[in-house]
Amino acid sequence: MPSLTVIVQLGLVFAVFVLLMLSSAVMVYAERKIAAFIQQREGPNRVGPAGLLQPFADVIKLMFKEELRPGGADAVLFLMAPIISATAAFAAFAVVPFGAETTFFGLLDQPIKLQVADVNVAVLVVFAITSMSVYGIVLAGWSSNSKYSLLGGLRSASQMISYELPYGLALASVLVLANSLSLTDIVNRQDGYWFGFIPRWFVFVQPVGFLIYMIAGVAETNRAPFDFPEAEQELVAGYHTEYSSMAFAMFFLAEYINMVTVSAVATDLFLGGWHGPFLPASLGWIWFLIKISALLFFYIWMRWTLPRYRYDQLMQFGWKILLPLAVLNLLATAAGVMLLGA
Amino acid sequence: MGLELSFFYVFAAIAVVASALVIGQRRPVYSVMLLIASFAALAGLYILLDSPFVAVIQIIIYAGAILVLFLFVVMLLNAPTEAGPWERLAAGPRRSGIVLGAVLAVELGWALWHVPMTREPVGAGASGQTIESVRTIGQVLYTDYAFAFEVTSLLILVAMVGAVVLAKRHV
Amino acid sequence: MVSLDHYLALSAILFTIGTMGVFLRRNMITVLLSIEIMLNAANLSLVAFGRYWGAVDGQIIVFFVVTVAAAEAAVGLAIVIALFRLRESLDPDAFTSLKW
Repeated sequence: MPSLTVIVQLGLVFAVFVLLMLSSAVMVYAERKIAAFIQQREGPNRVGPAGLLQPFADVIKLMFKEELRPGGADAVLFLMAPIISATAAFAAFAVVPFGAETTFFGLLDQPIKLQVADVNVAVLVVFAITSMSVYGIVLAGWSSNSKYSLLGGLRSASQMISYELPYGLALASVLVLANSLSLTDIVNRQDGYWFGFIPRWFVFVQPVGFLIYMIAGVAETNRAPFDFPEAEQELVAGYHTEYSSMAFAMFFLAEYINMVTVSAVATDLFLGGWHGPFLPASLGWIWFLIKISALLFFYIWMRWTLPRYRYDQLMQFGWKILLPLAVLNLLATAAGVMLLGA
Repeated sequence: MGLELSFFYVFAAIAVVASALVIGQRRPVYSVMLLIASFAALAGLYILLDSPFVAVIQIIIYAGAILVLFLFVVMLLNAPTEAGPWERLAAGPRRSGIVLGAVLAVELGWALWHVPMTREPVGAGASGQTIESVRTIGQVLYTDYAFAFEVTSLLILVAMVGAVVLAKRHV
Repeated sequence: MVSLDHYLALSAILFTIGTMGVFLRRNMITVLLSIEIMLNAANLSLVAFGRYWGAVDGQIIVFFVVTVAAAEAAVGLAIVIALFRLRESLDPDAFTSLKW
């Protein structure tokens, strides 16, 4: 019955949307709790049991705040910027597979993929949408008509463009190994074990690539220690200085969803996606969730451990260390694949 | 009207309207943003043409890199809108510009009318095969077009050095 | 069914819009943007012809065009910045003297 498959597919799209929204709520809570733990504080503990309802209280507070627009701001672009940010963040996740094909315990005739859209150039689509998200930040910075916002936006634009190159080259080295552009294919290439116990994850063949991808991913999502666009001490709040209420919430949402997407793509590319021991293939998404959570924890851990770089250090690092390293890694990978025959 | 045809008309309409507004717009930032919309519509058309690779390249390089560069320059210069006395085009050049544009449109229309195979469906000469695979593109690019590819890298190097030298205050 | 002349006609329209932009606009950034429109119109017909003949060459030439467009934008915008520093204007008519 194809109609049931269509309904399930639509349900999947909706579920992914809701889960992404929820994931950002979970991230808000986790971030505050982990930060508190690292700084030997209690963290949120008033709203709900152990402060679990804190993110919802935050959302309600933001909704009831006044929507401010600075005089001289460009009305249309000021409104569009957070929408572009949030849309790009959601759209990138559409091509990311997060589980093996499943029939939902025999509910469906033919198995469907746990993925919103299966595109055969999925890796490039993720890269393309990530490169679009820079517009939200640049436009926010420009349209606010404030020098802090403008500086934040300009910094962010140059940072994101600079780190897109090593990011793309790290992706390319995995593509050379996997011999495919489809994320599903890449994940399935990582099934099985070497010598019976080392999982065939690309992170073991591509440690440098994984490192470059994660560093560039942190810079792409504007997280500490690369959070220059919003460096509080110099730029107030960077590109979203002038935003309040729901528009601000959308930037916030976009930042967390971008983190989830970068972690999900890293899991698919380097950490074997939903493949893991002990669990049947139909429950592979649990492994996927565990791997993503580990990467997200790493993100938060890094934010509260490392001090912010200086801006010129960031650019130097990106262009003079990370980019040559990524090129060398790609060359070495290509040579290895040619000599050893994948 | 088939689904493919309706998609074509939607994307074509977006591309034409957005491009026309790029030209008609007085504020450069809006021109850049409208051009992104136009390029996104073109990427949709490339997908209709079974060329997803070109579609993605279009977004990554045009929208993700080249137009960011434009936006960057517009923001840095805080570019003035065309309102000053000597930024407005005089009536004479405007008239001849419109005439020349119309002549070009007529010429292109005439040329299109005389292309022999145009009224056939877009996949007609290909006997049904499509070039979707990035692998095929890569193989031809690195064998038949290897020389052109290498020359391109030289071109980019020259452009990079040129841009740095030109934009720098003191070399 | 979409036929080849649909794509060629669209390409011609876009090319004309781009040309009109170069003729009529007095802002160097918009002129550069118009050139990008013209390049894209050419790309569209290249891909359409490539699809028509089932040949990969159309997409490869598009790849080269995009690369050249990137180089052109970088150099063009560098020139715009350098000129803007001299005259505080983006009007091409402000730069008619060969030397100053």
